[in-house]
Amino acid sequence: MREYSAFALLKNALTGNTGWKEAWRKPELKASYDVIIVGGGGHGLSTAYYLAKEHGVRNIAVVEKGWIGSGNIGRNTTMIRSNYLHPQNQHFYEHSLTLWENLSQELNFNVMFSQRGVMNLAVGPAQLDDFARRGNAMRLAGIDAELLSREQVAKVIPGMDVSASARFPIYGGLMQWRGGTARHDAVAWGYARAADRLGVDIIENAEVTGFLKDGDTITGVVTKRGEIRAKKTAVVVAGSTGQVMKLAGIDRLPIESHVLQAFVTEAVKPFIHTVAAFGGGHLYFTQSDKGSLVFGGDIDGYNTWAQRGNLPVVEDVMSEFVALFPGLARVRLLRSWGGLMDMSMDGSPIIAKGPLPGMYLNTGWCYGGFKAVPASGWTFAWTIAKDEPHAFNRHFTLDRFRRGLIIDEKGQGSTPRLH
Amino acid sequence: MRITCPHCGRRDVAEFTYQGDANRLRPDPASTDQAAWNAYVYDRVNTRGPHREFWQHSGGCRAHLAVERDTATHAILSVSYARDSDTARAGRRP
Ligand SMILES: Cc1cc2nc3c(=O)[nH]c(=O)nc-3n(C[C@H](O)[C@H](O)[C@H](O)COP(=O)(O)OP(=O)(O)OC[C@H]3O[C@@H](n4cnc5c(N)ncnc54)[C@H](O)[C@@H]3O)c2cc1C
Ligand SMILES: [Zn+2]
Repeated sequence: MREYSAFALLKNALTGNTGWKEAWRKPELKASYDVIIVGGGGHGLSTAYYLAKEHGVRNIAVVEKGWIGSGNIGRNTTMIRSNYLHPQNQHFYEHSLTLWENLSQELNFNVMFSQRGVMNLAVGPAQLDDFARRGNAMRLAGIDAELLSREQVAKVIPGMDVSASARFPIYGGLMQWRGGTARHDAVAWGYARAADRLGVDIIENAEVTGFLKDGDTITGVVTKRGEIRAKKTAVVVAGSTGQVMKLAGIDRLPIESHVLQAFVTEAVKPFIHTVAAFGGGHLYFTQSDKGSLVFGGDIDGYNTWAQRGNLPVVEDVMSEFVALFPGLARVRLLRSWGGLMDMSMDGSPIIAKGPLPGMYLNTGWCYGGFKAVPASGWTFAWTIAKDEPHAFNRHFTLDRFRRGLIIDEKGQGSTPRLH
Repeated sequence: MRITCPHCGRRDVAEFTYQGDANRLRPDPASTDQAAWNAYVYDRVNTRGPHREFWQHSGGCRAHLAVERDTATHAILSVSYARDSDTARAGRRP
């Protein structure tokens, strides 16, 4: 009995919960596979799942340095949206959102996807105009968007300072009602379990320490648990991309590693029923089902491999939060943490074949890669199986920088500080 | 993180603005070497460990600084004026 259901719950409740099996096997490493996926985060696991499910590739190993859920998939603030301006991003993220909408059924695992809405708060009339433009572009692409007035915004989030005398007065907001949150761990566990059930070997504690090469062609990997060979090796290690690609001899990429911090307060009664982002500085927040306020702001701003940030960002995020919610100034902060981000130079991802023969690369998620987990795996699996991109990821190439085809949502030019 | 400005002494990182990797050399402005420009604008070595980089003491004396920082630990290893850095000596502005 491997299917999770109300019946299984009941049966196990009556039999002392002794019938539950491990969610995925702990297989031994085989000497060779059809596909090796380096990195068992959200993107690696979803890639394995869709390769097995959509393309019939069953002989797959996911090799993970730590344990499943130890990377950013278990550290993010879980916000999910598809409110992009550029068509290259719109269709990809909208596909992701569509996959999210059916993900719990698809994986037979409750990922607690909650479409509570994602709202961008406009500070000043110029930003409201900009949001109107973005909302119109979204609607033209068939994505839901609604421009809200200041009064409507105040109704959606009570207790927020929307007064005209605020330091950065709020003029309205762009709402995507279909956006929301999901339980991050459940996404990793759900994909891991579903991939395992299709025969994928998930090998934990198997850090990749080198690549096997035949000339320039990648023929496999060296892990702490032994060598494995495969025709196709996919690198999906998010924040660790630079380090892992150096092992393959690629020492420069349009990627820099940065740290992003996040914060959680003690639980308070539910009053924020949506996700919101404040463009006065940079702040996004939501309230978890347990009642904690979950929020974050900008990356620290200097490239780093230390998985922790510094106090200026903490201070900055807190002051923005208190400016928006003066009534919450005395709520206590419970925890803060940091995660390494794979910041690309135009804020958009890379999902492509190459850069070496036998290799496939998925990276550049900046700080928005959680929402992309389903579509990233879906399109990457397609690219690996067919050796060509799907229409949804064909713009996410590595050579777009050289060719002048950058996808720069913010219109700010080359910097590793976009998202 | 604290940076010891050669002019002002040891100050909180909040007073400084990060200006990025100091290993990149800007091609001669007259150059039409696309690969060199591409490398300068987009490619990063993304070092883990001691890293040469530029900061400005924007909340202080406003001097431009060349800093060596360990990106794995955030330890500041050395600080000098940017004008004395290797990049400046190579005759190219950051
Ligand atoms: C604080 C924070 C908040 C965030 N908030 C959001 C948000 O609200 N919405 C959103 O969409 N995104 C958000 N993100 C971004 C999102 O979490 C990431 O973009 C995404 O999780 C990255 O993909 P992943 O899940 O595959 O990464 P990871 O889970 O980090 O997976 C990469 C895996 O590769 C493994 N690995 C590394 N090196 C090796 C090696 N040598 N060999 C084998 N395995 C290796 C790592 O152990 C890791 O498990 C946030 C990130 C952070 C840190
Ligand atoms: Zn100074």
